[in-house]
Amino acid sequence: MLIKKPNDVPSSEITSKSTYMNRRRFMTGALVTGAAVATGLYIRKNDDGQVSTPGSVEASGEKLSGIVKSQYSTTEKPTSLKDITNYNNYYEFSTDKYEPAGLAKNFRTRPWTVSLDGLVKKPRRIDIDSLLKIAPLEERIYRHRCVEGWSMVIPWVGIPLSALIKQADPLPSAKFVAFETVMAPDQMPNQKRDVLQWPYVEGLRMDEAMHPLAILAVGLYDEVLPNVDGAPLRLVVPWKYGFKGIKAIVKVKFVDKMPPTTWNIMASNEYGFYSNVNPNVDHPRWSQKKERRIGDSLFAPKHDTLMFNGYGDQVASLYNGMDLRKDF
Amino acid sequence: MISVPDKVLRFGMKPLVFLICLGPLATLVWKAMHDLGANPVDVITRSTGKWTLTFLLITLAVTPVRKLTGMPWLIRFRRMLGLFAFFYGSLHLMTYVWLDKFFDVHAMLHDIAKRKFITAGMTAWACMLPLALTSTTGWIRRMGGNRCQKLHRLIYLSAAAGVVHFIWLVKADLRRPLTYGAVLVVLLGYRFATWLAGHAKAKASSRQPAPA
Repeated sequence: MLIKKPNDVPSSEITSKSTYMNRRRFMTGALVTGAAVATGLYIRKNDDGQVSTPGSVEASGEKLSGIVKSQYSTTEKPTSLKDITNYNNYYEFSTDKYEPAGLAKNFRTRPWTVSLDGLVKKPRRIDIDSLLKIAPLEERIYRHRCVEGWSMVIPWVGIPLSALIKQADPLPSAKFVAFETVMAPDQMPNQKRDVLQWPYVEGLRMDEAMHPLAILAVGLYDEVLPNVDGAPLRLVVPWKYGFKGIKAIVKVKFVDKMPPTTWNIMASNEYGFYSNVNPNVDHPRWSQKKERRIGDSLFAPKHDTLMFNGYGDQVASLYNGMDLRKDF
Repeated sequence: MISVPDKVLRFGMKPLVFLICLGPLATLVWKAMHDLGANPVDVITRSTGKWTLTFLLITLAVTPVRKLTGMPWLIRFRRMLGLFAFFYGSLHLMTYVWLDKFFDVHAMLHDIAKRKFITAGMTAWACMLPLALTSTTGWIRRMGGNRCQKLHRLIYLSAAAGVVHFIWLVKADLRRPLTYGAVLVVLLGYRFATWLAGHAKAKASSRQPAPA
Protein backbone atom coordinates (compact mmCIF):
# COMPACT_ATOMS: atom_id res chain seq x y z
CA MET A 1 0.00 0.00 0.00
CA LEU A 2 1.22 3.38 -0.92
CA ILE A 3 0.50 6.25 1.35
CA LYS A 4 1.87 9.52 0.21
CA LYS A 5 3.70 11.44 2.80
CA PRO A 6 3.74 15.20 2.42
CA ASN A 7 7.33 15.15 1.21
CA ASP A 8 6.31 12.78 -1.60
CA VAL A 9 4.70 15.60 -3.47
CA PRO A 10 7.05 16.42 -6.30
CA SER A 11 8.31 19.91 -6.10
CA SER A 12 6.90 20.67 -9.55
CA GLU A 13 3.37 20.23 -8.26
CA ILE A 14 3.68 22.69 -5.44
CA THR A 15 2.21 25.95 -6.54
CA SER A 16 5.08 28.31 -6.34
CA LYS A 17 4.59 31.49 -4.44
CA SER A 18 5.20 33.48 -7.59
CA THR A 19 2.35 31.76 -9.41
CA TYR A 20 0.11 32.10 -6.43
CA MET A 21 0.86 35.78 -6.33
CA ASN A 22 0.40 36.10 -10.04
CA ARG A 23 -3.12 37.46 -10.10
CA ARG A 24 -2.49 39.74 -7.20
CA ARG A 25 0.58 41.05 -8.94
CA PHE A 26 -1.44 41.48 -12.10
CA MET A 27 -3.93 43.72 -10.36
CA THR A 28 -1.22 45.73 -8.60
CA GLY A 29 0.65 46.05 -11.86
CA ALA A 30 -2.50 47.22 -13.55
CA LEU A 31 -3.03 49.93 -10.97
CA VAL A 32 0.57 51.05 -11.10
CA THR A 33 0.67 51.23 -14.89
CA GLY A 34 -2.65 53.02 -14.92
CA ALA A 35 -1.23 55.60 -12.57
CA ALA A 36 1.84 55.87 -14.79
CA VAL A 37 -0.27 56.68 -17.85
CA ALA A 38 -2.05 59.35 -15.90
CA THR A 39 1.19 60.85 -14.62
CA GLY A 40 2.80 60.75 -18.03
CA LEU A 41 -0.12 62.55 -19.55
CA TYR A 42 -0.16 65.07 -16.77
CA ILE A 43 3.52 65.81 -17.26
CA ARG A 44 3.22 65.99 -21.02
CA LYS A 45 0.30 68.37 -20.86
CA ASN A 46 2.04 70.64 -18.41
CA ASP A 47 5.20 70.67 -20.49
CA ASP A 48 3.24 71.36 -23.59
CA GLY A 49 1.55 74.42 -22.24
CA GLN A 50 4.89 76.07 -21.61
CA VAL A 51 6.96 74.89 -24.53
CA SER A 52 4.88 74.99 -27.66
CA THR A 53 3.55 78.25 -28.88
CA PRO A 54 1.00 78.39 -31.64
CA GLY A 55 2.58 78.49 -35.03
CA SER A 56 5.96 77.25 -33.89
CA VAL A 57 5.63 73.88 -35.53
CA GLU A 58 6.17 73.02 -39.17
CA ALA A 59 5.25 76.43 -40.44
CA SER A 60 6.28 75.56 -43.97
CA GLY A 61 3.56 77.42 -45.80
CA GLU A 62 4.02 80.57 -47.79
CA LYS A 63 3.23 83.77 -45.92
CA LEU A 64 0.12 85.63 -47.01
CA SER A 65 0.32 89.39 -47.09
CA GLY A 66 -2.14 92.21 -46.66
CA ILE A 67 -4.28 90.38 -44.12
CA VAL A 68 -6.72 92.61 -42.27
CA LYS A 69 -8.15 91.85 -38.83
CA SER A 70 -11.86 91.26 -38.43
CA GLN A 71 -14.45 92.28 -35.89
CA TYR A 72 -15.85 88.76 -36.16
CA SER A 73 -12.78 87.16 -34.57
CA THR A 74 -13.03 85.62 -31.14
CA THR A 75 -10.51 86.57 -28.46
CA GLU A 76 -10.16 82.95 -27.34
CA LYS A 77 -6.70 81.42 -27.53
CA PRO A 78 -6.18 79.72 -30.88
CA THR A 79 -5.40 76.01 -31.01
CA SER A 80 -1.78 75.27 -31.96
CA LEU A 81 -0.94 74.96 -35.64
CA LYS A 82 0.38 71.48 -34.92
CA ASP A 83 -2.95 70.28 -33.56
CA ILE A 84 -5.00 72.02 -36.25
CA THR A 85 -2.94 70.45 -39.01
CA ASN A 86 -2.58 66.97 -37.49
CA TYR A 87 -6.05 66.18 -36.31
CA ASN A 88 -9.02 66.51 -38.59
CA ASN A 89 -11.46 64.65 -40.75
CA TYR A 90 -10.64 64.54 -44.43
CA TYR A 91 -12.30 61.34 -45.61
CA GLU A 92 -10.95 61.67 -49.15
CA PHE A 93 -7.56 60.81 -47.67
CA SER A 94 -8.41 58.69 -44.66
CA THR A 95 -11.15 58.02 -42.14
CA ASP A 96 -8.48 58.37 -39.47
CA LYS A 97 -8.01 61.86 -38.08
CA TYR A 98 -4.23 61.60 -37.76
CA GLU A 99 -3.46 60.30 -41.22
CA PRO A 100 -4.60 63.05 -43.64
CA ALA A 101 -1.71 65.30 -42.57
CA GLY A 102 0.80 62.94 -44.16
CA LEU A 103 -1.38 61.71 -47.01
CA ALA A 104 -2.31 65.20 -48.19
CA LYS A 105 1.24 66.51 -48.17
CA ASN A 106 1.79 66.28 -51.94
CA PHE A 107 -1.72 67.20 -53.00
CA ARG A 108 -1.53 69.54 -56.01
CA THR A 109 -3.33 72.84 -55.50
CA ARG A 110 -2.08 74.51 -58.70
CA PRO A 111 -3.37 74.89 -61.35
CA TRP A 112 -6.82 75.25 -59.78
CA THR A 113 -10.00 76.77 -61.07
CA VAL A 114 -13.38 77.18 -59.45
CA SER A 115 -16.47 77.17 -61.62
CA LEU A 116 -19.49 79.29 -60.80
CA ASP A 117 -22.65 78.27 -62.60
CA GLY A 118 -26.32 77.40 -62.36
CA LEU A 119 -28.87 80.11 -61.82
CA VAL A 120 -26.52 83.04 -62.36
CA LYS A 121 -26.20 85.92 -64.75
CA LYS A 122 -22.45 85.50 -65.06
CA PRO A 123 -21.38 81.90 -65.09
CA ARG A 124 -17.62 81.77 -65.02
CA ARG A 125 -14.46 79.96 -64.08
CA ILE A 126 -12.09 81.72 -61.74
CA ASP A 127 -8.45 80.85 -61.32
CA ILE A 128 -7.52 80.42 -57.66
CA ASP A 129 -4.92 83.17 -57.82
CA SER A 130 -7.40 85.72 -59.13
CA LEU A 131 -9.95 84.51 -56.62
CA LEU A 132 -7.55 85.49 -53.85
CA LYS A 133 -7.79 89.07 -55.08
CA ILE A 134 -11.54 89.59 -55.30
CA ALA A 135 -11.63 90.86 -51.72
CA PRO A 136 -9.06 91.77 -49.06
CA LEU A 137 -7.85 88.75 -47.10
CA GLU A 138 -9.20 88.79 -43.58
CA GLU A 139 -8.12 86.98 -40.48
CA ARG A 140 -11.11 85.28 -38.91
CA ILE A 141 -10.41 83.57 -35.61
CA TYR A 142 -13.37 81.24 -35.30
CA ARG A 143 -14.51 78.53 -32.97
CA HIS A 144 -14.72 75.23 -34.84
CA ARG A 145 -17.06 72.54 -33.53
CA CYS A 146 -16.91 69.04 -34.94
CA VAL A 147 -20.07 66.94 -34.85
CA GLU A 148 -18.00 64.31 -33.02
CA GLY A 149 -17.78 66.46 -29.91
CA TRP A 150 -14.41 68.15 -30.15
CA SER A 151 -13.61 71.76 -30.89
CA MET A 152 -10.78 74.11 -31.77
CA VAL A 153 -10.19 77.82 -32.19
CA ILE A 154 -8.81 78.41 -35.67
CA PRO A 155 -7.23 81.58 -37.07
CA TRP A 156 -8.44 81.25 -40.65
CA VAL A 157 -7.49 83.64 -43.39
CA GLY A 158 -10.10 84.06 -46.07
CA ILE A 159 -12.56 86.12 -48.00
CA PRO A 160 -16.27 86.46 -47.36
CA LEU A 161 -18.24 83.88 -49.34
CA SER A 162 -20.57 86.70 -50.36
CA ALA A 163 -17.72 88.29 -52.33
CA LEU A 164 -17.44 85.22 -54.54
CA ILE A 165 -21.20 84.92 -54.91
CA LYS A 166 -21.39 88.52 -56.12
CA GLN A 167 -18.90 87.64 -58.86
CA ALA A 168 -21.50 85.29 -60.34
CA ASP A 169 -24.44 87.60 -59.85
CA PRO A 170 -27.09 84.99 -59.01
CA LEU A 171 -30.64 85.19 -60.33
CA PRO A 172 -33.50 85.77 -57.90
CA SER A 173 -34.54 82.16 -58.47
CA ALA A 174 -31.29 80.94 -56.87
CA LYS A 175 -32.30 79.81 -53.40
CA PHE A 176 -29.38 77.56 -52.49
CA VAL A 177 -25.68 77.29 -53.17
CA ALA A 178 -24.21 73.85 -53.83
CA PHE A 179 -20.49 73.15 -53.43
CA GLU A 180 -18.41 70.31 -54.77
CA THR A 181 -14.96 68.98 -53.85
CA VAL A 182 -12.45 68.07 -56.53
CA MET A 183 -12.54 64.50 -57.81
CA ALA A 184 -8.92 63.33 -57.84
CA PRO A 185 -8.76 59.64 -57.00
CA ASP A 186 -5.12 59.45 -58.08
CA GLN A 187 -4.28 61.83 -55.24
CA MET A 188 -7.10 61.11 -52.82
CA PRO A 189 -6.88 57.38 -52.10
CA ASN A 190 -10.30 56.98 -50.50
CA GLN A 191 -12.05 58.31 -53.60
CA LYS A 192 -11.20 54.94 -55.15
CA ARG A 193 -13.39 53.23 -52.56
CA ASP A 194 -16.99 53.91 -51.64
CA VAL A 195 -16.38 55.21 -48.13
CA LEU A 196 -18.75 58.06 -48.90
CA GLN A 197 -20.44 59.05 -52.12
CA TRP A 198 -17.83 61.01 -54.08
CA PRO A 199 -17.30 63.78 -54.81
CA TYR A 200 -18.12 65.35 -51.46
CA VAL A 201 -20.96 67.84 -51.81
CA GLU A 202 -22.29 70.47 -49.45
CA GLY A 203 -24.78 73.27 -49.56
CA LEU A 204 -26.11 76.38 -47.90
CA ARG A 205 -29.30 78.33 -48.19
CA MET A 206 -28.69 81.58 -50.04
CA ASP A 207 -29.14 83.80 -46.96
CA GLU A 208 -26.73 81.59 -45.00
CA ALA A 209 -24.20 81.79 -47.80
CA MET A 210 -24.49 85.58 -47.95
CA HIS A 211 -24.05 85.93 -44.19
CA PRO A 212 -20.87 87.87 -43.31
CA LEU A 213 -19.65 85.08 -41.02
CA ALA A 214 -19.49 82.57 -43.89
CA ILE A 215 -16.06 82.63 -45.49
CA LEU A 216 -13.92 80.81 -47.98
CA ALA A 217 -10.67 80.06 -46.23
CA VAL A 218 -7.41 80.18 -48.14
CA GLY A 219 -5.02 80.48 -45.22
CA LEU A 220 -4.28 79.58 -41.65
CA TYR A 221 -2.03 81.35 -39.16
CA ASP A 222 -1.19 84.01 -41.80
CA GLU A 223 0.07 81.36 -44.21
CA VAL A 224 -1.28 79.58 -47.26
CA LEU A 225 -3.82 76.99 -46.21
CA PRO A 226 -2.15 73.61 -45.55
CA ASN A 227 -3.37 70.82 -47.83
CA VAL A 228 -4.71 68.85 -44.90
CA ASP A 229 -7.15 71.62 -44.07
CA GLY A 230 -8.69 71.76 -47.50
CA ALA A 231 -6.31 73.76 -49.69
CA PRO A 232 -6.52 75.66 -51.82
CA LEU A 233 -10.05 76.72 -50.92
CA ARG A 234 -12.51 75.54 -48.31
CA LEU A 235 -15.76 76.70 -46.81
CA VAL A 236 -15.93 77.85 -43.18
CA VAL A 237 -19.35 78.30 -41.58
CA PRO A 238 -18.54 78.68 -37.89
CA TRP A 239 -22.07 78.26 -36.52
CA LYS A 240 -22.43 74.86 -38.17
CA TYR A 241 -20.73 71.54 -37.49
CA GLY A 242 -17.34 71.18 -39.12
CA PHE A 243 -18.38 68.75 -41.85
CA LYS A 244 -20.34 71.56 -43.54
CA GLY A 245 -16.96 73.16 -44.27
CA ILE A 246 -16.35 71.44 -47.59
CA LYS A 247 -12.71 71.29 -48.67
CA ALA A 248 -10.79 71.63 -51.95
CA ILE A 249 -13.75 73.27 -53.70
CA VAL A 250 -13.90 73.24 -57.51
CA LYS A 251 -17.57 73.91 -58.14
CA VAL A 252 -20.10 76.38 -56.84
CA LYS A 253 -23.55 75.99 -58.30
CA PHE A 254 -26.63 78.10 -57.71
CA VAL A 255 -29.86 76.15 -57.55
CA ASP A 256 -33.51 76.58 -56.65
CA LYS A 257 -33.93 73.42 -54.57
CA MET A 258 -32.14 72.19 -51.46
CA PRO A 259 -29.08 70.39 -52.83
CA PRO A 260 -27.95 66.98 -51.61
CA THR A 261 -25.18 66.97 -49.00
CA THR A 262 -22.75 64.10 -48.48
CA TRP A 263 -23.28 63.18 -44.84
CA ASN A 264 -27.02 63.58 -45.20
CA ILE A 265 -26.94 61.07 -48.06
CA MET A 266 -24.89 58.77 -45.84
CA ALA A 267 -27.18 58.93 -42.80
CA SER A 268 -30.09 61.35 -42.99
CA ASN A 269 -31.21 60.62 -39.42
CA GLU A 270 -27.82 61.71 -38.11
CA TYR A 271 -26.84 64.66 -40.30
CA GLY A 272 -29.34 67.25 -41.42
CA PHE A 273 -28.96 69.77 -44.20
CA TYR A 274 -28.65 72.66 -41.75
CA SER A 275 -26.44 70.98 -39.14
CA ASN A 276 -26.31 74.07 -36.99
CA VAL A 277 -24.38 73.55 -33.77
CA ASN A 278 -27.12 72.86 -31.25
CA PRO A 279 -26.55 71.49 -27.74
CA ASN A 280 -30.25 70.65 -27.47
CA VAL A 281 -30.38 68.26 -30.38
CA ASP A 282 -28.31 65.16 -29.75
CA HIS A 283 -26.61 63.26 -32.48
CA PRO A 284 -27.76 59.64 -32.17
CA ARG A 285 -24.26 58.64 -31.20
CA TRP A 286 -22.98 61.63 -29.30
CA SER A 287 -24.44 64.05 -26.85
CA GLN A 288 -23.94 67.52 -28.24
CA LYS A 289 -24.16 69.24 -24.87
CA LYS A 290 -20.43 69.43 -24.31
CA GLU A 291 -17.24 69.50 -26.31
CA ARG A 292 -13.61 68.71 -25.74
CA ARG A 293 -11.40 71.63 -26.63
CA ILE A 294 -8.34 70.28 -28.42
CA GLY A 295 -5.19 71.34 -26.59
CA ASP A 296 -6.82 71.33 -23.16
CA SER A 297 -5.25 69.24 -20.43
CA LEU A 298 -6.44 65.65 -20.36
CA PHE A 299 -8.18 66.20 -17.05
CA ALA A 300 -9.68 69.57 -17.91
CA PRO A 301 -13.47 69.52 -17.90
CA LYS A 302 -15.21 69.73 -21.24
CA HIS A 303 -16.69 73.02 -22.39
CA ASP A 304 -20.42 73.57 -22.68
CA THR A 305 -21.44 73.67 -26.31
CA LEU A 306 -23.20 76.91 -27.18
CA MET A 307 -26.22 77.34 -29.42
CA PHE A 308 -25.00 78.16 -32.95
CA ASN A 309 -21.51 77.59 -31.55
CA GLY A 310 -21.76 80.93 -29.77
CA TYR A 311 -22.69 82.86 -32.93
CA GLY A 312 -26.39 83.10 -32.05
CA ASP A 313 -26.42 86.90 -31.87
CA GLN A 314 -25.36 87.07 -35.49
CA VAL A 315 -27.16 84.12 -37.08
CA ALA A 316 -30.20 83.13 -34.98
CA SER A 317 -32.44 85.40 -37.03
CA LEU A 318 -31.75 83.31 -40.13
CA TYR A 319 -33.82 80.55 -38.57
CA ASN A 320 -36.76 82.50 -37.17
CA GLY A 321 -39.91 80.42 -37.16
CA MET A 322 -38.08 77.18 -37.90
CA ASP A 323 -38.26 74.13 -35.67
CA LEU A 324 -34.56 73.37 -35.25
CA ARG A 325 -35.34 69.96 -33.79
CA LYS A 326 -36.94 69.00 -37.05
CA ASP A 327 -34.63 70.95 -39.31
CA PHE A 328 -31.45 69.89 -37.54
CA MET B 1 1.32 16.38 -30.19
CA ILE B 2 3.79 19.06 -29.17
CA SER B 3 4.51 18.96 -25.47
CA VAL B 4 6.29 21.49 -23.34
CA PRO B 5 7.83 20.77 -19.95
CA ASP B 6 5.81 22.22 -17.12
CA LYS B 7 8.73 24.25 -15.82
CA VAL B 8 9.31 25.92 -19.19
CA LEU B 9 5.64 26.72 -19.39
CA ARG B 10 5.32 28.06 -15.89
CA PHE B 11 8.54 29.97 -15.48
CA GLY B 12 9.44 30.76 -19.06
CA MET B 13 6.46 31.08 -21.34
CA LYS B 14 3.86 32.37 -18.92
CA PRO B 15 5.85 35.37 -17.68
CA LEU B 16 6.86 36.07 -21.27
CA VAL B 17 3.28 36.08 -22.51
CA PHE B 18 2.33 38.20 -19.52
CA LEU B 19 4.91 40.81 -20.51
CA ILE B 20 3.87 40.73 -24.15
CA CYS B 21 0.27 41.30 -23.11
CA LEU B 22 1.37 44.43 -21.26
CA GLY B 23 2.92 45.71 -24.50
CA PRO B 24 -0.09 47.74 -25.67
CA LEU B 25 -0.28 49.47 -22.30
CA ALA B 26 3.46 50.10 -22.25
CA THR B 27 3.21 51.63 -25.73
CA LEU B 28 0.43 53.88 -24.54
CA VAL B 29 2.43 54.97 -21.47
CA TRP B 30 5.45 55.65 -23.65
CA LYS B 31 3.37 57.71 -26.05
CA ALA B 32 1.74 59.54 -23.16
CA MET B 33 5.16 60.61 -21.95
CA HIS B 34 6.10 61.86 -25.41
CA ASP B 35 3.14 62.82 -27.51
CA LEU B 36 -0.35 61.42 -27.63
CA GLY B 37 -1.40 63.79 -30.37
CA ALA B 38 -4.12 66.39 -30.46
CA ASN B 39 -6.77 64.35 -28.69
CA PRO B 40 -5.19 62.09 -26.07
CA VAL B 41 -8.52 60.85 -24.75
CA ASP B 42 -9.44 59.69 -28.22
CA VAL B 43 -6.13 57.85 -28.58
CA ILE B 44 -6.47 56.13 -25.20
CA THR B 45 -10.08 55.21 -25.88
CA ARG B 46 -9.37 53.71 -29.27
CA SER B 47 -6.23 51.88 -28.21
CA THR B 48 -7.77 50.27 -25.12
CA GLY B 49 -10.90 49.41 -27.09
CA LYS B 50 -8.95 47.79 -29.88
CA TRP B 51 -6.95 45.67 -27.45
CA THR B 52 -9.99 44.61 -25.47
CA LEU B 53 -11.54 43.20 -28.60
CA THR B 54 -8.24 41.73 -29.76
CA PHE B 55 -7.69 39.92 -26.45
CA LEU B 56 -11.27 38.66 -26.45
CA LEU B 57 -10.70 37.13 -29.86
CA ILE B 58 -7.29 35.72 -28.88
CA THR B 59 -8.90 34.14 -25.83
CA LEU B 60 -11.61 32.62 -28.00
CA ALA B 61 -8.95 31.33 -30.39
CA VAL B 62 -7.16 29.31 -27.70
CA THR B 63 -9.48 26.28 -27.86
CA PRO B 64 -9.62 25.90 -31.66
CA VAL B 65 -5.90 26.52 -32.03
CA ARG B 66 -4.98 24.07 -29.29
CA LYS B 67 -7.18 21.37 -30.81
CA LEU B 68 -6.14 21.95 -34.38
CA THR B 69 -2.43 22.17 -33.66
CA GLY B 70 -2.22 19.50 -31.01
CA MET B 71 -0.87 21.82 -28.34
CA PRO B 72 -3.16 21.13 -25.37
CA TRP B 73 -0.98 23.13 -23.00
CA LEU B 74 -2.16 26.33 -24.68
CA ILE B 75 -5.14 26.12 -22.36
CA ARG B 76 -2.82 27.22 -19.59
CA PHE B 77 -2.73 30.72 -21.14
CA ARG B 78 -6.45 31.12 -21.58
CA ARG B 79 -7.28 32.54 -18.17
CA MET B 80 -4.49 35.08 -18.35
CA LEU B 81 -5.51 36.17 -21.85
CA GLY B 82 -9.12 36.49 -20.78
CA LEU B 83 -8.11 38.57 -17.79
CA PHE B 84 -6.13 40.84 -20.08
CA ALA B 85 -9.26 41.34 -22.17
CA PHE B 86 -11.03 42.34 -18.99
CA PHE B 87 -8.10 44.53 -17.96
CA TYR B 88 -8.06 46.49 -21.22
CA GLY B 89 -11.85 46.58 -21.21
CA SER B 90 -11.80 48.11 -17.76
CA LEU B 91 -9.24 50.72 -18.81
CA HIS B 92 -11.49 51.46 -21.80
CA LEU B 93 -14.50 51.86 -19.53
CA MET B 94 -12.54 53.99 -17.05
CA THR B 95 -11.46 56.29 -19.85
CA TYR B 96 -15.11 56.83 -20.69
CA VAL B 97 -16.28 57.20 -17.09
CA TRP B 98 -13.48 59.47 -16.04
CA LEU B 99 -12.03 61.35 -18.99
CA ASP B 100 -15.12 61.53 -21.16
CA LYS B 101 -17.94 61.86 -18.67
CA PHE B 102 -16.03 62.99 -15.56
CA PHE B 103 -18.12 60.69 -13.36
CA ASP B 104 -21.34 62.41 -14.39
CA VAL B 105 -23.73 59.56 -13.55
CA HIS B 106 -26.73 61.26 -15.09
CA ALA B 107 -24.96 61.80 -18.40
CA MET B 108 -23.76 58.20 -18.42
CA LEU B 109 -27.19 56.73 -17.73
CA HIS B 110 -28.56 58.93 -20.48
CA ASP B 111 -25.87 57.61 -22.82
CA ILE B 112 -26.50 53.98 -21.93
CA ALA B 113 -30.22 54.35 -22.51
CA LYS B 114 -30.05 56.45 -25.63
CA ARG B 115 -26.94 55.48 -27.53
CA LYS B 116 -27.03 51.93 -28.69
CA PHE B 117 -23.30 51.66 -29.23
CA ILE B 118 -22.76 52.59 -25.57
CA THR B 119 -25.40 50.06 -24.55
CA ALA B 120 -23.56 47.40 -26.53
CA GLY B 121 -20.20 48.38 -25.04
CA MET B 122 -21.55 48.30 -21.51
CA THR B 123 -23.08 44.89 -22.19
CA ALA B 124 -19.73 43.60 -23.43
CA TRP B 125 -17.97 44.77 -20.28
CA ALA B 126 -20.74 43.60 -17.94
CA CYS B 127 -20.52 40.10 -19.46
CA MET B 128 -16.80 39.99 -18.74
CA LEU B 129 -17.16 41.06 -15.13
CA PRO B 130 -18.53 37.79 -13.64
CA LEU B 131 -15.95 35.87 -15.65
CA ALA B 132 -13.11 37.90 -14.20
CA LEU B 133 -14.51 37.65 -10.68
CA THR B 134 -14.88 33.88 -10.85
CA SER B 135 -11.53 33.33 -12.50
CA THR B 136 -9.69 32.52 -9.29
CA THR B 137 -8.86 28.87 -8.60
CA GLY B 138 -10.95 29.06 -5.44
CA TRP B 139 -14.06 30.17 -7.28
CA ILE B 140 -13.59 27.61 -10.02
CA ARG B 141 -13.42 24.89 -7.37
CA ARG B 142 -16.44 26.25 -5.52
CA MET B 143 -18.54 26.50 -8.64
CA GLY B 144 -17.47 23.23 -10.14
CA GLY B 145 -16.15 22.83 -13.65
CA ASN B 146 -19.50 22.34 -15.35
CA ARG B 147 -21.23 25.41 -13.95
CA CYS B 148 -18.08 27.39 -14.48
CA GLN B 149 -17.94 26.36 -18.11
CA LYS B 150 -21.56 27.34 -18.63
CA LEU B 151 -21.03 30.74 -17.03
CA HIS B 152 -17.93 31.35 -19.08
CA ARG B 153 -19.92 31.00 -22.27
CA LEU B 154 -20.79 34.62 -21.55
CA ILE B 155 -17.58 35.41 -23.38
CA TYR B 156 -19.38 34.67 -26.66
CA LEU B 157 -21.94 37.34 -25.83
CA SER B 158 -19.26 39.73 -24.67
CA ALA B 159 -17.24 39.41 -27.86
CA ALA B 160 -20.35 39.72 -30.03
CA ALA B 161 -21.46 42.82 -28.12
CA GLY B 162 -17.96 44.22 -28.48
CA VAL B 163 -17.99 43.81 -32.24
CA VAL B 164 -21.47 45.34 -32.47
CA HIS B 165 -20.26 48.23 -30.28
CA PHE B 166 -17.46 48.84 -32.78
CA ILE B 167 -19.72 48.57 -35.85
CA TRP B 168 -22.24 50.99 -34.39
CA LEU B 169 -19.76 53.65 -33.45
CA VAL B 170 -18.07 53.90 -36.83
CA LYS B 171 -19.38 56.73 -39.00
CA ALA B 172 -18.31 55.32 -42.34
CA ASP B 173 -15.96 52.64 -43.64
CA LEU B 174 -16.77 49.44 -41.76
CA ARG B 175 -13.67 47.54 -42.82
CA ARG B 176 -12.02 47.43 -39.41
CA PRO B 177 -15.01 46.45 -37.29
CA LEU B 178 -16.09 43.92 -39.89
CA THR B 179 -12.65 42.33 -39.81
CA TYR B 180 -13.11 41.70 -36.09
CA GLY B 181 -16.60 40.45 -36.86
CA ALA B 182 -15.32 38.01 -39.46
CA VAL B 183 -12.75 36.55 -37.06
CA LEU B 184 -15.44 36.18 -34.42
CA VAL B 185 -17.73 34.40 -36.86
CA VAL B 186 -14.95 31.95 -37.68
CA LEU B 187 -14.20 31.30 -34.01
CA LEU B 188 -17.84 30.82 -33.07
CA GLY B 189 -18.44 28.87 -36.28
CA TYR B 190 -15.76 26.40 -35.23
CA ARG B 191 -17.56 25.81 -31.95
CA PHE B 192 -20.88 25.40 -33.67
CA ALA B 193 -19.37 22.92 -36.10
CA THR B 194 -17.80 20.80 -33.35
CA TRP B 195 -21.06 20.92 -31.41
CA LEU B 196 -22.97 19.77 -34.49
CA ALA B 197 -20.45 17.01 -35.12
CA GLY B 198 -20.67 15.88 -31.50
CA HIS B 199 -24.44 15.97 -31.67
CA ALA B 200 -24.55 13.88 -34.84
CA LYS B 201 -22.12 11.39 -33.37
CA ALA B 202 -24.14 11.04 -30.18
CA LYS B 203 -27.30 10.52 -32.23
CA ALA B 204 -25.63 7.94 -34.44
CA SER B 205 -24.25 5.99 -31.52
CA SER B 206 -27.59 6.03 -29.66
CA ARG B 207 -29.27 4.52 -32.70
CA GLN B 208 -26.86 1.66 -32.83
CA PRO B 209 -27.76 -1.42 -30.85
CA ALA B 210 -25.59 -1.91 -27.85
CA PRO B 211 -22.96 -4.52 -28.43
CA ALA B 212 -23.92 -7.76 -26.86
